[in-house]
Amino acid sequence: MGISKRNIPVLLLIALVVIVQLITAGTDTSFYLTQLTMTAYYSLVIIGLCLLMGYAGQLSLGHAGFFAIGGYVSAALTTHNLIGLRHNQLIELLNKTGLLSMGQDIYGEKILTVIPWAACLAAILVTIIIAFAIGKPVLKLKGHYLAMATLGFGIIIFRFAMATEYFGEADGISGVPPFHLLPGLTVSGDFGARISNYYIAWGLVLLGMILSLNLVNSRVGRALRAIHGSEEAAAAMGINASRFKLYTFVISAVFAALAGVMLTHYNGGIGPSEASVMKSVRYVAIIAIGGMSSLWGALCMGVILNFMSLRGMFGSYDGAVFGAILVAMMLFAPDGILRLPLLKKLWRKNGPARN
Amino acid sequence: MALLEIKNLSRSFGGLQAVSDISFSLVEGMIKAVIGPNGAGKTTLFNLICGNIPLSAGTIRFQGQHIERLKSHQIAALGMSRTFQNIKIFPGMTALENVMVGCHTRSRAGFIAAMLRLPQTFREEREIRRRSLELLELVEIPQTADCEAASLSFGQQRAVELARALAAGPSLLLLDEPAAGLNIYETAELARLITKIKELGVTILLVEHDMSLVMDISDEIVVLDFGRKLAEDIPARIQQNRAVIQVYLGDDEDA
Repeated sequence: MGISKRNIPVLLLIALVVIVQLITAGTDTSFYLTQLTMTAYYSLVIIGLCLLMGYAGQLSLGHAGFFAIGGYVSAALTTHNLIGLRHNQLIELLNKTGLLSMGQDIYGEKILTVIPWAACLAAILVTIIIAFAIGKPVLKLKGHYLAMATLGFGIIIFRFAMATEYFGEADGISGVPPFHLLPGLTVSGDFGARISNYYIAWGLVLLGMILSLNLVNSRVGRALRAIHGSEEAAAAMGINASRFKLYTFVISAVFAALAGVMLTHYNGGIGPSEASVMKSVRYVAIIAIGGMSSLWGALCMGVILNFMSLRGMFGSYDGAVFGAILVAMMLFAPDGILRLPLLKKLWRKNGPARN
Repeated sequence: MALLEIKNLSRSFGGLQAVSDISFSLVEGMIKAVIGPNGAGKTTLFNLICGNIPLSAGTIRFQGQHIERLKSHQIAALGMSRTFQNIKIFPGMTALENVMVGCHTRSRAGFIAAMLRLPQTFREEREIRRRSLELLELVEIPQTADCEAASLSFGQQRAVELARALAAGPSLLLLDEPAAGLNIYETAELARLITKIKELGVTILLVEHDMSLVMDISDEIVVLDFGRKLAEDIPARIQQNRAVIQVYLGDDEDA
């Protein structure tokens, strides 16, 4: 492989991530890193959704639901005190295998909770199961019908989070403990860990980006684009369209859930707004403005818009801005901003044309 | 043994008998054409063979194996490729990438292997690329490899579709009106190309309206009318067949 043309954007991204951190350190503006870290996790959702929407051509208006499933499962497992169930055989077994940890809450009471690593894996597992169960029937639908079905799924998750006591109802879950990834690397909102968390988040984005770029430039990626073009023709090439769509759906759900887990541990909590339909619409709008089948376009737009939104630049009109973006994109630039005639020329000449 | 054996094949849509009790077989290495006036059931027959629509009655055997219950992607994986009447090129992909999609059944990389870009995936990818370039050369449009397939001329798109269908290394190639929309020069080119493909050992079944093309390249012809088989013979005798002339050649020469 070497340093092929394809690796240049990845190297540029690494450089940019480092440069931005150095600038904030040099100008004493490292408070920006908090929003940049959160932006990175939202970008992870967008990368996964871009595989599904942009490449496989399957719309999902329920991806905030998967983000929330990841976040909520991890939050619930790491905060709910199991001390009362200590003598339950299953809990005892889990405790012996080291999947639980004993700690103290702020009042000095003993609490027994699932360790974040185990909670994270459980969250991903639950997501995979739900994504398979939802994706299998729903992906038989096309166009508007698929959009409506995934929208329905998103609403169910949102209302479920709002209504379930275990998930904190409208308050959500707070007091989620830090996630010790590796010795010396902890996902938490602690001020001292701001820089390392910025790099953890962007490291994950980079990893997600590399895996996704590999995927779209492979046999599988071609199969997905073929399905997008014509399912009938794809089937005539021997492509099992329903399987490829389902797997892509599950992978994109896992991206979203992982982002949910990480951001929840970073923020120390999660609330039902993360599951709201407005969040799903935002993800879709960002992918549309990024050019649908462009991972780099989606990432760029995701970073810019999420950062502006998190800095409060859209004020109380935050949701309206993303709605307006979606309308404007569909009307004026259905192929994304980067494919507008003027920019397209530049893009063609200088950039990677199709990944 | 026949490569493709169709027995008593029927398909009705509601009350309409689109294909009714059709039987014929294809010997390896031949070019067989299916002709008939509009609405004779040619396209339905094609879709039945490919597994695009389920049949009402009858059997289809491909390489000795029953395929009437298989899905179209499973049938394709057995070595049956096809092209489409109204070209179904994959838009947003280059001509080369289109042909590379055709290599799907000859390669294995799954999601995990592709994401991690494992060494064998890398090698496989190189092999797919090499093979696809060769096929573009075979259909005589190597210069279009990096062009967006949707931007190519109609004739070139047909050639891309042919190369894509051949990429799987099929033993049977189904061509659905390959000359539709082509001018006489392009049609002549196509005839030469189809003959060339036959010489590679690929058996071909085609549905076609262009009589000169059919008479030129086919070894045998099946004539359909109102969903039934009217005749099956070599081209020279089909041209003499009174019933065929009456329903088809006589009134509707250039349909």
